[in-house]
This record gives sequence, C-alpha cells and structure tokens, in this order.
Amino acid sequence: MTTPKDFGFNDDINMLKDTYAKFLLEQKTIEALRPSLSGTEDPYHGAPRQAFFDTQNWQKTVELGMHAVAIPEAQGGIGMGLVAATAIAEEIGRSALPTPLSNNLLATFLLRAADTQPAKQLLEEMAEGASVGLALYGEDGSLEADSTDVQARDGKLVGTAWYVTDAQKCDILIVAAQTQDGIDLFRINRSDATVTVNPDRIVDLTRDQAGVTFASSDAESLTENGQGAICLNDALPALLTLTAADIAGAAEWQLQATADYAKVRQQFERPIGFFQAVKHPIVDMMIAIDETRSLVYQAAAAFDFDPDDAARCAHLAKSSASDTAEFCANRSTQLHGGIGFTWEADVQVYHKRQMHSQFMFGDGIWQRAKLADLL
Amino acid sequence: MSDKALSTEQAEFQAFCRAWLQENKPAPHSTPLPQAAYEVTDPSHLTYLTEWQAKCYEAGLIASDLPKNYGGHGMTGCQQIASTEVRAAGVPYFINWIGLGMAVPTLLECGTEVQKETFLPPIFSAEHIWCQGFSEPGAGSDLASLQASAVKEGDQWVINGSKVWTSLGHFAQYMLLLARQDKSDKYGGITYFLAPMDQPGITVKPIHKMTGESGFNEVFLDNAIVGDHLRVGNVGDGWKVAMATLTSERGAGVGVGAVAGESPMLVMEQVIQLAKDTRRNGRRVWDDPVWRDRIVKVYERTEASLYNGRRARVKALNGGAMRIPLQGKLTGSEISQSLHQIALGILGLKSSLYVGDENAPANGKWPLGYMNTYTGTISGGSSEIQRNILGERVLGLAKSK
Repeated sequence: MTTPKDFGFNDDINMLKDTYAKFLLEQKTIEALRPSLSGTEDPYHGAPRQAFFDTQNWQKTVELGMHAVAIPEAQGGIGMGLVAATAIAEEIGRSALPTPLSNNLLATFLLRAADTQPAKQLLEEMAEGASVGLALYGEDGSLEADSTDVQARDGKLVGTAWYVTDAQKCDILIVAAQTQDGIDLFRINRSDATVTVNPDRIVDLTRDQAGVTFASSDAESLTENGQGAICLNDALPALLTLTAADIAGAAEWQLQATADYAKVRQQFERPIGFFQAVKHPIVDMMIAIDETRSLVYQAAAAFDFDPDDAARCAHLAKSSASDTAEFCANRSTQLHGGIGFTWEADVQVYHKRQMHSQFMFGDGIWQRAKLADLL
Repeated sequence: MSDKALSTEQAEFQAFCRAWLQENKPAPHSTPLPQAAYEVTDPSHLTYLTEWQAKCYEAGLIASDLPKNYGGHGMTGCQQIASTEVRAAGVPYFINWIGLGMAVPTLLECGTEVQKETFLPPIFSAEHIWCQGFSEPGAGSDLASLQASAVKEGDQWVINGSKVWTSLGHFAQYMLLLARQDKSDKYGGITYFLAPMDQPGITVKPIHKMTGESGFNEVFLDNAIVGDHLRVGNVGDGWKVAMATLTSERGAGVGVGAVAGESPMLVMEQVIQLAKDTRRNGRRVWDDPVWRDRIVKVYERTEASLYNGRRARVKALNGGAMRIPLQGKLTGSEISQSLHQIALGILGLKSSLYVGDENAPANGKWPLGYMNTYTGTISGGSSEIQRNILGERVLGLAKSK
C-alpha cells in the first residue's frame, strides 16, 4: 500500500469539505425540494413531476468553486484529485441534493481520461460553469462497453441513449456511441434541434432521468479511433468511487435520522431505541456505513496515489456501497414505522435516492464479479 | 505497510522488524500448535511459546513504546509497526495474550507505580502468564451481577466464589479478578484485584469445548487470599477499572504487542486459494458465480476492516474517537465466522473430516477453526452485548439495561 495514512485528506480538502457541508446545511436542501413534489405523489392521476433544479443553488456552487475542484489548473480549474471530489460527492449524498454537480464531477474524470484537445476544451467550458450530463447506457442499462444503442455515422449521432441522469439539468451531453472503430465519445448541446429529451417517470425524487434521442445530430468527437472504450475504462474507478461516496453520505443521514427517531418515538412507555430489535439493526446500519466509507476513501486515495490498485479499490467501494444503500434504505423506513412509509417523511426521499444509486454503474453483484476476475 | 509518513526512526525500526522476524522465525514445534493461545494445554507448547515471546520482547517487538522503568523499550510510534510486522510474518502467536491485551492496559491506566514496575516486565517476557477472572456461572453478559465475595481482614482480602471460562487458568501465575465487597450495590460493590494463582485457596478445573479441546477452566475460590496492595483502583471502583480492561479486549485499547496469530487477510487468501484448488460438479468452486459472490463479499468486508483500522486514526474522517474502535471485536469475529463458514461450504462433504483423519483437508483446520470462531462472537461481551454498547455509547440510544 502506498496510499497516505490519512487517505490524502489534507487540510485543504478538509476545509473544502467543511465549507461545502456548511453551505448545503444552510440551503436546507430537502425543504427546498418539497414544494416541487406537491401534487405529484399520485402515480395514477397526479401531475407529471417537473425536474427540480434550484438554479440559484447551482450558481452559488459555481461561485464557491465546487464545480471546478478536479478540473486541471491548465483548464482553469483548481487541479485537485479524486480525494477532493469524493469529499464533495459524499456531502451531495448527505443532503440528497438535486444538482448537476454530481455529473460534472463524473464528467471531469471522463474528460481527464480522454486527454484530447476537444476534451480539454470542454473542461475549460465546465470551469466557466457549463454543466454536463452523461449519455452512456443502452436500453439494458448494462455497463459493458458495447451496450450503447447510439450509432455514430460520419460524425452524426443516431439512436437513443437510455437512463441519462439529470438530463434536464445539463447544458451539454457526453455521448458514448458505436463507431466503425468501436466506442467513441461525442459532445453535443442538449438544446440542439435534433436532440429530443424524453423525461422518464422515475422513483428517485432527487434526480431526473431521460431517454435522449438523436436524429442525425451533428456531434463533435471527444475521442477517436475507438479510444472511447479505453477512456471509459480508465475513468470507471472514479465514477464508481464518486457514486459510492454519494451513497455513503446519504446512508449516514439515514443512520442519524433513524437513531434520532428511535430516541424520541415512545412505545410501551420507552423510547423504541431501548428495544434491541430496534437498537441492533441501527448499529448494523452504522457498521455497513463505516465499511463503505473506509473503502470509499481508500478507493479515492488509490486513484490519486496508487493508480495500479484503483480499479480493485473502486469495485470494492461500490460493491460495499450498493449493499449499504439497499440495507440502510430498508432499515431506515422499517424502523420509522408507519410514518416512514408516508410521502411526507424525509426518509422516503433518501430511500428512493439510494434505490437509484444502488444500481448506477453496476450493483454489488456486478462489482463482485469484476473483482473476482482481479483476484 | 510501507507508508510515506514514517519517520526515519520508524522506517529503520520497520526494516529491523522485518529482518529480525525473517531470521528468528522459530522452527515449527514437533506437534502442531492449537489455532490460538487460549487453546494451549500441552506444557511443551507452553515452553516453546514462552521462549518465543521472551525473544520478541528482548528484540523490542513488545512494549516498544513504553517507558524503560516499566520494562518498555522507550521508542515512539513503533508499537503499531512491530505489531503489524508480527502479524504479517506468519510466526507463532504470543502465549500471554491476556497479560498483554488486558492486564497491561489496565495497569497502565489504573495501576499504582509499584504495581506497574512490579508486574509489567514479567508480562512482556511471558515469565508470568495471566488469566482473567470476570465471568461466573451466573454472570455472563450481565457481568455486574457477579457474586464472588471479597471480605477485608486486616491488610488482606478473603475471596470466595467461582469463576468460569478462565482461559490459560491452568498455566497462570496471576488472575485479573473481580469480586464483590458490597452486596447492596450492583456496580459500586465490585473491587478489582491482581490475584496470585499459586495458593491453596484456588482450584483450577478444565472445561472442554465443542471442539474437544480445552484451554479454559472453571476456577474455584475457597478462602483465597489477596493482599490489599494487589487491589487496582479504590474499593468499589472495580466496575470502572473493568471497563478499561474490556475496552482493550474489544479492540479499542492502546496495545503493546500483536496478540493474534494469522491476520484475517491471510486467512482470506487461503479461502480464495481453497476455492481455486477445490473441484466439485465438474469445475473449480471458484468458477461457480454463486460461490464467487459469497467469497468476494467477505473479501470486501475484510478489506473494509483493514481500512477501518486506518481511518480510526484520522480524526477528520472517523466520526468520533470510539465509533470505529468499538466495532472492532464485533466485526472481526463475525467476519472470521463467515469466512470459516464459506471454507466449509467450499469443501462440502470433505468438511466433515476432522482433526486426526488422514484424509481431512489441512488436518481438519477448517471445521476446527469454524467452531472456534464462537470464542470470538461470545467471549469478552457477546456480539449482542457489543451491539448494545455501540447503540448506547456511539449512537446515544436508550440503555437496554
């Protein structure tokens, strides 16, 4: 092991994390989200849900420089690594914030892996505040490199990208498409006339998602000669680690909310946390979270300091995180009892975010299959 | 661990430990050692293991960071390194695990200067083997309900009662003893003693475990005598002192030497190898996706424990000083149990072959080891008690009792 004992969390990064956490706390993210949910709860008759996007929050995030932490200095960013980005992603998860920042962090590492002139150009635009979404999945939602259903012919994209997260919050899309050489990455403005965004009706209230159809869209190549697949592979450890960090942050919120509830809710003349049938599963949530957090920090540190070990550590982190997401969501609702099952409870908001995150970039079973190949 | 953050002194010491362990690794004993120190009953094993511990102490691998007047080696930031290297070297365990793991931290925290100077050095050298007299037939998880009585007569105490699950009691020179001086006060009626074992008032009788092994005992205290100078802490403060001992037992203490034998990661690697070497239904067990998933899940948890250990020492990331350390005993023992369950599953019917059967894989190590994992999940506060402690002390939930 050649990663630092403090996982690379130096004073600068700790300060960054604290600053962002404090900012999110002041933003009261769940309260801000609530009005947008009203009237949308009935899946049969309710109004279609509009993607909630607090543009002021995003503006302030950019003013704070959070969007640029991992963008190289040469492209106008702060030039920090995955450790710093992970610190931020964990706070996004903790506040269940609907924000283009999550995808911008992911895109940053994808573009850094591409390392081409057009990729650098896009990083510069991101440093200026452009938001970027990722259109990588085909209909089956699998992560194998050839799973995209989008074709690129003579620089024009045709077909549909599925499960595009936060498609309605981004200015620019990075699209994985099949070319004659394999897979390459392209960029296109979401507002382009040939691009149709068809919002999905999704469970998660804190993100939006869409199918994006390209009707012979003029797109600029970010990679050439089938290098897109290699670039996706190189960036995958970062994508997994950031998603796992989001889960860890959200799970810690679930833990604290459930513990707090068990201290105040009284049944049989006692706070329910007195009963071991309640106390022990809450402890099990903490244990799951602590394992995930340690693996997340190690994965981030490996990416920055010990790249040969980055893939293994990232699969470990997301394997643990996916299971923690499922477990903590499950226990947090169950232990809140009837109230936890209602629309008005905040635990349901986190529960649904975790249900989504669990499967992003592969669930625990997929991560472990990949890990086994490395062992 | 080759960490950049090591000082010159630490880096030199690490290199020394590695070289020393390589050179001094003892030849195996003529008969196989039990899997852990608490199962040793053969006197020739005791001699072999005592010599090994004494040698490690002399070399500075035990008590590395403690001051010289307590028998320490006066270094700084070196114990962690020594312990890590010992665990990674595939060398025998330290026989005096209760002395090192419990008596030392208790004495350091609560003992008098005279007690520290008298008792610490022979613990390090394994000259004095220690045992623990906490549990009683009627006081297990509810330890504070213990009934062994202590009555003051002049400058000594007369002890009556019985203790149970006393590992190494058959070899020990001293016992960490809890006894009750006041029946009317459950927690405030307990006093902590260092009891000499070699006296007519103490009888040790072995108990046999489900594995068939012994190593732990019932201890009868029949007018046993303990001098008042061997009391730790004030009369009635025994429960508080015991908490210092138990905190160490549960993995949250300071540590003066590696106690465990094989590291969990070493056992993990053996299990992966076992899956690769074992064929069933026409293929390697490792090639069965269901088994792969089960194995890699435990691998993930084993790795997580490793990095938990590191994160516990990073103030900005640990979520509070005790949050991770108090999980150590619970998760360590449960992961070890899962790991052994998986090994049995990989072996299938072969796991029925026990120690002494000529066809038993690894001489029955896996079924034996599996049964012995219950030592970890039951002793020193069962997993259920650990969850109470974590829920109450870390998360602030209402006390279950």
